[in-house]
Amino acid sequence: MKKVSTDTRYVIIGNGVASIGAIEAIRKNDKTGSITVLADEKYPCYGRPLISYYLEGMTTRDKMDYRPAGFYAANNVKLVLGSPADRIDAVSRKVWCGDSEYAYDRLLIATGSSPVVPPTAGYEDVKRKYTFNKLDDALELEKVTDGTTRVLIIGAGLTGLKAAEGLYPRVKEITVVDMAPRVLPAVMDDESSGIIRSYLENKGIRFFLSDSVEKYCDGYALLKSGAEVDFDVLVTAVGVRPNTRLAESIGCVTERMTESGRPFRGIVVGDDQQTTVADVYAAGDCTLSYDVTIKNTRPLFIQPNAYMQGETAGTYMSGGSREKREYLPVNAGGFLGLHVITAGAYDGEPITVRDGGSFHRFFIKDNRLRGFIQIGEYSRVGILTDLIRREADLEGVDLASLVRHPNLAALGMDYVHSVLGKEGA
Amino acid sequence: MKRVYVKEEWCLGCRLCEYWCVYSGSGEKNFPFAFDKGATPPAGIQVEEVGPVHFAVNCRHCDDPLCLKGCISGALSRDGYGAIRIDKTKCVGCHTCIALCPYGCIVSGGDNMPIKKCQLCAGRDYTPQCVSHCPNEAIVFEEE
Repeated sequence: MKKVSTDTRYVIIGNGVASIGAIEAIRKNDKTGSITVLADEKYPCYGRPLISYYLEGMTTRDKMDYRPAGFYAANNVKLVLGSPADRIDAVSRKVWCGDSEYAYDRLLIATGSSPVVPPTAGYEDVKRKYTFNKLDDALELEKVTDGTTRVLIIGAGLTGLKAAEGLYPRVKEITVVDMAPRVLPAVMDDESSGIIRSYLENKGIRFFLSDSVEKYCDGYALLKSGAEVDFDVLVTAVGVRPNTRLAESIGCVTERMTESGRPFRGIVVGDDQQTTVADVYAAGDCTLSYDVTIKNTRPLFIQPNAYMQGETAGTYMSGGSREKREYLPVNAGGFLGLHVITAGAYDGEPITVRDGGSFHRFFIKDNRLRGFIQIGEYSRVGILTDLIRREADLEGVDLASLVRHPNLAALGMDYVHSVLGKEGA
Repeated sequence: MKRVYVKEEWCLGCRLCEYWCVYSGSGEKNFPFAFDKGATPPAGIQVEEVGPVHFAVNCRHCDDPLCLKGCISGALSRDGYGAIRIDKTKCVGCHTCIALCPYGCIVSGGDNMPIKKCQLCAGRDYTPQCVSHCPNEAIVFEEE
């Protein structure tokens, strides 16, 4: 382990779960260095994806804090709320929030991502318009909606549909518009997407797909297709972009060119989460993650990665090291009672298992599991996620058994012994 | 830390461990009350079989717990005994942990209900009921 002086000053910009991961990792190695967290929001870290559950009434404000009260004090962390960093000087090693100055020896940029709002005619004049990424968005939506509200949601991705779910019990009517021809375009194929769409349509949610807003008018949106949608509240949820401005300002590389010639935006980091600037680390939505299914980096805006990247950053910042992490897209969540888990890439040969009302699809390529889509009832699917992550050869694996009900026995008793025996886990 | 280990050569496949696990997690004093509301296994332990071989699988309380690190609500934490515990008042049932557990040891509690997992019978003085009630001593609670 690299020697770290006992008075190392750690500054973390951002207070999402990447920041929590970093704090927990730093404190494993370094009990005495100072840790300062600069948070733009005015709340201690909360689970961001919980905002839809909050609106839906499935959790309460006091249950959303990501760590117990006293977490920051117990870890001797100075948490500065409502204080977004606006400038870094990587030469003098200082961060500024307005007039306040914070000197660092190791810096973590965990600035997350911000919602994209596509420029659309009339948008500025819409009175009640929101995005759906932070607690304040949910608190505002809670205030402005009631049983008479008609909501228009732009975006049928995970965020848009979770917004729909959260608002569903509160409002009169929900309409979702997306340019893509299907719902959850990033994590579903056509058939599985159709199942989700039908389910939500049966619940009364209206979709306009392969469509977009031409213009917002007084009380309604005019779509490209010519349809008009009346609404009282607008939620834009078409995606997010990584917050890379600060990293860029100190010379960090913040994009990777892809083969298609289109750049992926996000802070470029090594396996240790260090940026291209010495002693400056980055983690979470603002970075590019190494996706094992494409063997390259890409934006992966999912919370588990944010925590783990923050943890890796904190480990190296405090002089430690760890095994390289393999990331992959994994998403889980319910939509008005219909549960979905997806993982990996969908570029292999599909195997589909239908079981009652449930739908399970697996993608297999070169005798390896590449990805899966599970809708409805499922069990133990993490066994499959692990197979994708490990790129395990399916030779000798009882695939028929595995796709019916994922189980360890299907992977062979040698594997079972290796993970359940005393050498495992 | 002490973990639950299974000796497959002794496992009869009787699945009593699964029922004792449900009882343990229910918090009920009397065994039958745990099943009054129609609760059925699996909960924190489940028996697998391959041909004549049976073995029970339960949470490894991993050194690198992906469930805890991926949890969206902070409902999972490690207690002083090393057990990964679920705060049922915080869990929203998103199932990210189910998507991540490499051993399939986390069970859905149903729509919008907290997940179920092995907590090493923390509520029973850390005396795993699957171990103490295995009729063939096929499940043990030992240091690694």
